[in-house]
Amino acid sequence: MKKKRLSPKVALVGNPNCGKTALFNALTGSRQKVANYAGVTVERKEGLFISPAGTKVKLVDLPGTYSLRARSPDEEVTRDVVLGKMEDEAVPDAIICVADATNLRLNLRLVLEMKKLGLPIILALNMMDEAEKLGMAVDASELSAALGVPVVPTIAIRKEGIQGLVNQIDRTLPIAEVEGLIPHHGACEWTEPSSHDLRDYHREVEAILAQAISKPARPHTATHRLDKLLLHPAAGLFILFALLFFVFQAVFSWAAWPMDLIDGGIGLLTEAINSLLPDGALKSLIVDGVIAGVGSVVIFLPQILVLFLFIQLLEDSGYMARAAFLLDKMMGGVGLHGRAFIPLLSSFACAVPGIMAARTIENRADRIATIMIAPLMTCSARLPVYTLIIAAFVPNQNVMGGWIGLPGLVMFGLYAAGILSALLVALLLKQTILKGAREPLLMELPAYRLPRPRNVALGLYDRAKAFLTRAGTTIFALMIIVWFLGTFPAAPLDATEPAINYSIAGMIGHALEPILAPIGFNWQIAMALVPGMAAREVAVGVLGTIYALSDSGDALQSSLASVLAQSWSLPTALSLLAWFVFAPQCMATLGVVKRELNSWLWPFIMFFFLTTLAYVASFATFRAATAFFGG
Amino acid sequence: MPKLQQKPVPLGSLHKGAKAEIVGLDETGIKTTLRKGELERRLIEMGLVEGTEVEILHEGFPKRDPIAVRAGTSTVALRRAEADAILVHKLSEPQR
Ligand SMILES: Nc1nc2c(ncn2[C@@H]2O[C@H](COP(=O)(O)OP(=O)(O)O)[C@@H](O)[C@H]2O)c(=O)[nH]1
Repeated sequence: MKKKRLSPKVALVGNPNCGKTALFNALTGSRQKVANYAGVTVERKEGLFISPAGTKVKLVDLPGTYSLRARSPDEEVTRDVVLGKMEDEAVPDAIICVADATNLRLNLRLVLEMKKLGLPIILALNMMDEAEKLGMAVDASELSAALGVPVVPTIAIRKEGIQGLVNQIDRTLPIAEVEGLIPHHGACEWTEPSSHDLRDYHREVEAILAQAISKPARPHTATHRLDKLLLHPAAGLFILFALLFFVFQAVFSWAAWPMDLIDGGIGLLTEAINSLLPDGALKSLIVDGVIAGVGSVVIFLPQILVLFLFIQLLEDSGYMARAAFLLDKMMGGVGLHGRAFIPLLSSFACAVPGIMAARTIENRADRIATIMIAPLMTCSARLPVYTLIIAAFVPNQNVMGGWIGLPGLVMFGLYAAGILSALLVALLLKQTILKGAREPLLMELPAYRLPRPRNVALGLYDRAKAFLTRAGTTIFALMIIVWFLGTFPAAPLDATEPAINYSIAGMIGHALEPILAPIGFNWQIAMALVPGMAAREVAVGVLGTIYALSDSGDALQSSLASVLAQSWSLPTALSLLAWFVFAPQCMATLGVVKRELNSWLWPFIMFFFLTTLAYVASFATFRAATAFFGG
Repeated sequence: MPKLQQKPVPLGSLHKGAKAEIVGLDETGIKTTLRKGELERRLIEMGLVEGTEVEILHEGFPKRDPIAVRAGTSTVALRRAEADAILVHKLSEPQR
């Protein structure tokens, strides 16, 4: 027998793009939390609202799905939660099915399937404004009678019908509780439907639609006209690439001033602590360890937000599915699925959300191939390293008739090297260990919609929170470890070398030097690579410390650049750039691969595979550059 | 629209602008990663089921693949390889 719970749980279920997220936001506002980085609503979101009767209701947003037959990991979440098979997750007390009123056929089939669960169901008939615009007449009470569940019309983006919906929740929940006392309640009749059952569902839906809809919706002509251009084999692809180019441009230019601002803030904080605290281990821990370390990660927040702003806009408008459509055949050339586009795009900000976004790819082999090449997309953490070395070694002159700066060209070359090698690796993987046909595309192209600022803002807020939480926990802890390794044991009093030389990190660096000498790395670089495991960008800070510079931030980069220009040979610098194109030096990435694929094998393979690639690439670069420029 | 009387053809063989009615699903002979019966069920779940009228709206690049198909009120993208599991009666040819 079920005990009365203080806050009942209601789950939101529906097809992708039915407006589930908008409805979730309308019900809970900012009282929501996401468990982790979300790629594209793949994470389970939870929120709270108080019903008119004063009940505190927990609302869980489940990944969009067309059926309970769970074809991908995120659809499995939906199935397991509603079936009560999810660990640490009670069966919901009621379910709100969300349906796009203008596209009812597929939505209602899911509702019929959900009814078999034996849980109380409410149907939110969403996008009623669109239905009206398209000249559609749908009778909610007829629909309710035919379906046998309460139906509430809503317009999620204008918060219309929300009152009716929460009132209905108040009516449904007490019934759920009373029925909880009846032994047969909750008897779940759901079993995996056969193709025969599915055809029966469809016939039932057609009958229900005939009863409830007196005037069908006109086709969405705006969408059709836009698609004529945006899905055009030539114009559409051109627009897609132009758009991508613009996004990259924006990630670097729009994020520049907030990054300067954060940098300035970190500088001020460092100064303040420098003047407040006496010299000693505590000050060194706070300034060199915590502020320098965590600061060097937090500074990427603006870039990540700009990138996610675009991803969110593309997602909400309905364009993302078009991008997958346009690229599917070409990406198929190297064995990738069209949907791999989103994870790979996200990986330019950071491989961690990118790898998580790969959850929308159903087939495991396709998903693994996408995950394995995600770290080859140049993430923003590699930028400081590239920037430093380019500033030190690449003359700032214009080439190609003065059109393009040489530093910019080198930067572009590094990005291109990452992308090209990713494609080659994908091809290799799909030809060998991940053999097999690609899984089918089968994807709905939703009608275009204007993204809503409020929903976009809430989505970005979730991302920022997740990113800062990570910086405040994982990276914080790692930085303390790195600081410890770089500080102890302390240098002897008569030390002639920088203190770090005598520390554990120094010993590791010296131990690694013989292995890295063939690719032109000295012990300082070897040492910088060790803490660089925690976060790549830390390597810059470590090099700064090693070369005994006390400045930080921009001052550090410019003066460090001139020191490097004198103490490294050009082949060494080029070799290090090549190393960073491939280097899998990011524990967060390896950790997320382990979690997403639930196996130690793949992070292991990724580590050795990418390290080998990096070593070979650096070796080749170093030898070629030595032969060409002299050692 | 008058139904052109002919034997069913796979949807994957149609060109942009063609309209047709689905008369059957047959996944035998389609190379796929899915277990047996799965492709058929997914097609039905996406609304590609007998009796539905479809129209080819857009074609991808290269090789005019994948295709975007209007089925009822929704538009579904799929590859020609899998569209071949859908058997249709042509209702009208594209105007070329
Ligand atoms: N016109 C209109 N648009 C809506 C409504 N609800 C959601 N949308 C839009 O539809 C798109 C998809 O909604 P979203 O909540 O992201 O769908 P989800 O994939 O089900 O989470 C977004 O651009 C929303 O702004 C509605 O009631 N009316």
